[in-house]
Amino acid sequence: MGEFLLVTIQVDMHDRLALQLQEDLTERIAATRASGVLIDISSLEMVDSFIGRMLGNIAGMSKVLGADTVVTGMQPSVAITLVELGLSLRGVRTALNVERGMALLRKSHEDGRHGGPG
Amino acid sequence: MNSSSKLPEVIRRNESDILADWVRQQVATGAAGGKIREGDAREQSRALLSAIREGIETGNVSDVMAPSWASAREFLTEMARNRARQGFTPIETATFVMSLKLPLFSRLRQEHLNDAAGLAADVWTATELIDKLALFSMEAFQKTREEVIVRQQQELMELSTPVVKLSEGILALPLIGSLDSARTQVVMESLLQQILATGADIAIIDITGVPTVDTLVAQHLLKTVAAARLMGADCIISGVRPQIAQTIVHLGVELGDVTTKATLADAFRVALRRNGLTIAKA
Repeated sequence: MGEFLLVTIQVDMHDRLALQLQEDLTERIAATRASGVLIDISSLEMVDSFIGRMLGNIAGMSKVLGADTVVTGMQPSVAITLVELGLSLRGVRTALNVERGMALLRKSHEDGRHGGPG
Repeated sequence: MNSSSKLPEVIRRNESDILADWVRQQVATGAAGGKIREGDAREQSRALLSAIREGIETGNVSDVMAPSWASAREFLTEMARNRARQGFTPIETATFVMSLKLPLFSRLRQEHLNDAAGLAADVWTATELIDKLALFSMEAFQKTREEVIVRQQQELMELSTPVVKLSEGILALPLIGSLDSARTQVVMESLLQQILATGADIAIIDITGVPTVDTLVAQHLLKTVAAARLMGADCIISGVRPQIAQTIVHLGVELGDVTTKATLADAFRVALRRNGLTIAKA
């Protein structure tokens, strides 16, 4: 998707898969020099503390690599679980769906990297 | 249990007489404050007596939780349930079962004319049995009332957490009443569901109707805000009264970067501005 990478998680995440994703994504960001990453988790029904932390980590890593990260389409049950686990993913931007997430990325890309919150 | 007990036999032989005495007595004493008709009283008495006979037939006169008493238990549960719903008092419900003592004891007296010891033993057995049945009916009565209370609590909870749409992309959640963990859960779920359903990106949580905000309530509010943010919606807290603002600061509650406003109107204006809209006179 242009300068942005789009990751959709379609299956239930397990620990190995999450690590694999982290690996692949950082490789891809570095290889494509993407300026934004959008992770769509609308099909993710369940999270545990590990996956929650991985989401935060992945976002942090892409930020270090110079790409903005937006997590989109989080299910209510997932949001409640993360909050109850005390993982509010500070520093990760969120949007309701892919479309809004893209708009957010595009906007901050136009404003210059790490521009003010959308 | 006394093996020479005449109780089963007495009941079997005199069932219709006991029943007649019992019903007459209930009518005469105006049992249940006249809330029950004679026909119903007769029908219920007959059912209970025959259930007791059925239970007692097996020779087991002390353990009402035994399988042979299943139909008596079933009847009592049903009866207590109905009476609880019809607004009978617990006393009226228990008295119905207890009032069987008088007709039953007078029959026993006739059977044990010259046997004081046998009479005493049977009266004790019968008292124990009827007390147990009455207690059982009380328990069923209580259970029914508790079910009603639980249902009402749930209804109240659902009623008191409406999520309203103020404008395209703006939701409001007027909170009324105190906020505990159970309620926060319901509030959070309904808010998140509505965010998903309407695609709103701003939610205004109005706490005008929340009487006090302590650290716990503040934490619940922040949790709700954090969950909404994870879904991609911003929250504004409105309806902060002066006293509440004072408490929040005194308690050292950190509201973080959550926008707060004194009134819902202010919050709505902020929300509109964030969505690039303004209100203008026509």
